[in-house]
Amino acid sequence: MTVMNMIQALNSAHDVMMERDKRVVALGEDVGYFGGVFRVTEGLQRKYGASRAFDTPISENGIVAAAIGMAAYGLRPVAEIQFADYIYPAFDQLVSEAARVRYRTASEWSLPLTIRSPYGGGIFGGQTHSQSPEALFAHVAGLKTVIPSNPYDAKGLLIAAIEDDDPVLFFEPKRIYNGPFDGFFDRPVTPWAKHPQAEVPDGHYTVPIGKAAVVREGGDLTILAYGTMVHVVLATVAAEGVDAEVIDLRTILPVDIETIEASVRKTGRCVVVHEATRTGGFGAELSALVQERCFYHLEAPVQRATGFDTPYPHSLEWAYFPGPVRIGTAIRKALED
Amino acid sequence: MNDQPERPNRPALSLHVPEPEARPGDEADFSHLDIPPAGSVRRPDPHAPARETHDLVFTLVRVLDEEGKAVGPWDPKLDPETLRRILRDMMLVRVYDDRMYRAQRQGKTSFYMKSTGEEAVAVAATHALDRDDMTFPTYRQQGILIARDYPLVQMMCQVYSNRGDPIKGRQLPIMYASKDHGFFTISGNLATQYPQAVGWAMASAISGDSRIASAYIGDGSTAEGDFHAACTFAAVYRAPVILNIVNNQWAISSFSGIAGAELTTFAARAVGYGIAGLRVDGNDALAVYAATRWAADRTRANLGPTLIELFTYRVEGHSTSDDPSVYRPQDAASKWPLGDPIRRLKQHLLALGEWDEERQAALETELGETVRAAQKQAEKQGTLVTSTIDFPQDVRTMFEDVFAEMPWHLKEQQAQMVAELAAKRK
Repeated sequence: MTVMNMIQALNSAHDVMMERDKRVVALGEDVGYFGGVFRVTEGLQRKYGASRAFDTPISENGIVAAAIGMAAYGLRPVAEIQFADYIYPAFDQLVSEAARVRYRTASEWSLPLTIRSPYGGGIFGGQTHSQSPEALFAHVAGLKTVIPSNPYDAKGLLIAAIEDDDPVLFFEPKRIYNGPFDGFFDRPVTPWAKHPQAEVPDGHYTVPIGKAAVVREGGDLTILAYGTMVHVVLATVAAEGVDAEVIDLRTILPVDIETIEASVRKTGRCVVVHEATRTGGFGAELSALVQERCFYHLEAPVQRATGFDTPYPHSLEWAYFPGPVRIGTAIRKALED
Repeated sequence: MNDQPERPNRPALSLHVPEPEARPGDEADFSHLDIPPAGSVRRPDPHAPARETHDLVFTLVRVLDEEGKAVGPWDPKLDPETLRRILRDMMLVRVYDDRMYRAQRQGKTSFYMKSTGEEAVAVAATHALDRDDMTFPTYRQQGILIARDYPLVQMMCQVYSNRGDPIKGRQLPIMYASKDHGFFTISGNLATQYPQAVGWAMASAISGDSRIASAYIGDGSTAEGDFHAACTFAAVYRAPVILNIVNNQWAISSFSGIAGAELTTFAARAVGYGIAGLRVDGNDALAVYAATRWAADRTRANLGPTLIELFTYRVEGHSTSDDPSVYRPQDAASKWPLGDPIRRLKQHLLALGEWDEERQAALETELGETVRAAQKQAEKQGTLVTSTIDFPQDVRTMFEDVFAEMPWHLKEQQAQMVAELAAKRK
């Protein structure tokens, strides 16, 4: 066990897998010599050579397409898109190709590729370094989407993604790379070292894709969250003094419906939280699933606390970010009646 | 891969991954560069067929020689007044950059990007265009706004995301926009502006207008698909556009070899599209001016686009979030053989007898004072607020301009946010 922040944990996942499996290669803008703008791939080129950890041209479309080609050959590429906001030039390759090659070849080909990308706000990155595009990909048939919320899960999930035989989109909450941000922007941030989930095994382990974690047990209501928002929710629950059951989804698709259902059947109330824009967000899908499957157990309408339906504004970041006040309001509403 | 068939008669393949000439710890080495002497490159008639430029994509158009004399057929023969104006604008860009960089370091804003060493590619090129020609810049052509007299205070207000910011704090610092100054809104997503510039130029042609467009892209971003779309559309429709590639040789930590510069030049992309191409010393303000004017004259005559590679060097880090000393030699910028654009133009004016050290010193003082005064003015309207909710702007503006008219759901969310902030302030 070593205490790691999320960057170190992700780096360790690469290292473990590149050591074990020659088919694993890392590629992306600034990924090679420099080790990535967030340093997730630091040291990999030095250790495994330039043909297994390398810089790519600035072409997200090219990066994903090349990763598809490498996966078709039989490698297990781990491609970095420097910011999730930059992923759109690769949309066609992801939606029309990566997601469908297994289906259209009746499994003759599968594409064991992982696309990693830092996402989310809270860093004053403006509208092109802050977005949360997970719902766009969850909407596509054939892409798995994973979002960790702590170093332990980040490493275990990334290893699981690399070992998965299907394309996995792996969105990394960059606001919590170095410490679990609780949404109280005016308070000092605690480093990961103080968090139990920063104890990370040095070797190989996996956290299964498709399995949520109950990070806080409770009976008053169920709160569904992922990524940065898990920490904001936990802090809000503490501040509001409610006995909430908090579920960290960890995988957006395929979502762990059993864990969600069991919790909502128990509590009868549900709040869904994400940082992404509200309309057509993944919260809409979660809300629909909960009412379809738990309607007769629900005591109140399912509430959503999300980002607003505007581009991510640079200066008004803390008015945009779904912080403790917005989440607290949703909790109180869900507890009415 | 593990079950690959034995093919004993075939050699094993290997992957080539480009590496720069020098890394930290090495001495910077530019000896591999082939730099022709100033004045040695011929100048075709602007109305010549595009193919007559195709040898020029492998050389370097240069005007200013080592002594600061303007030599050869590309000398634009500018009057001293224009030369002094270009010098002043380039100097102002540098003073402004230094000031705003420091403001970021003092925590007054989130981010900044300097254009040190690349002042000529924006300033001199802008002076070679008409005032109402349209530009589609990247994030490193603040010189266009300065050359077009955009108010300094307003530029700074954008950097500070404050009450005076004309785009209401919505964009990262340096992502300016101004219709009045022919400066299209900057995107943080790379290369998107390049085919948009071609579309603007096509519209000008469709409308029988006489204005042209000028687009900028970095060497690294030429790898994006949008670059290809731009060149293809520009070639097909002979769009009245100048396609500038600012080759400053570094895309954050990736050297230009990662964008394809090991085997050819960026200007050589013109050959494949059948359009005119020029490769130009980007630190030579006169060469930049002359090449831009050549391309402008050509495209105003309906002869289509020119792809211009402006060969320069990114002296500073990519941005305030970057530290180049971890991926390139410390002394690289100081050893860059094409020198500094400001120093070279100053030397030229001195050689002409149209400038002297006293006037230089006086101008430096004046620009320093101008920028300091502007900064004071700008800061009266606030600086970026990151750890409170005492925003300089009216928060309700967040929901404006998503659409021309605000739909019901945004009105609802706007009311929700106002209530939230009231709750937070309690």
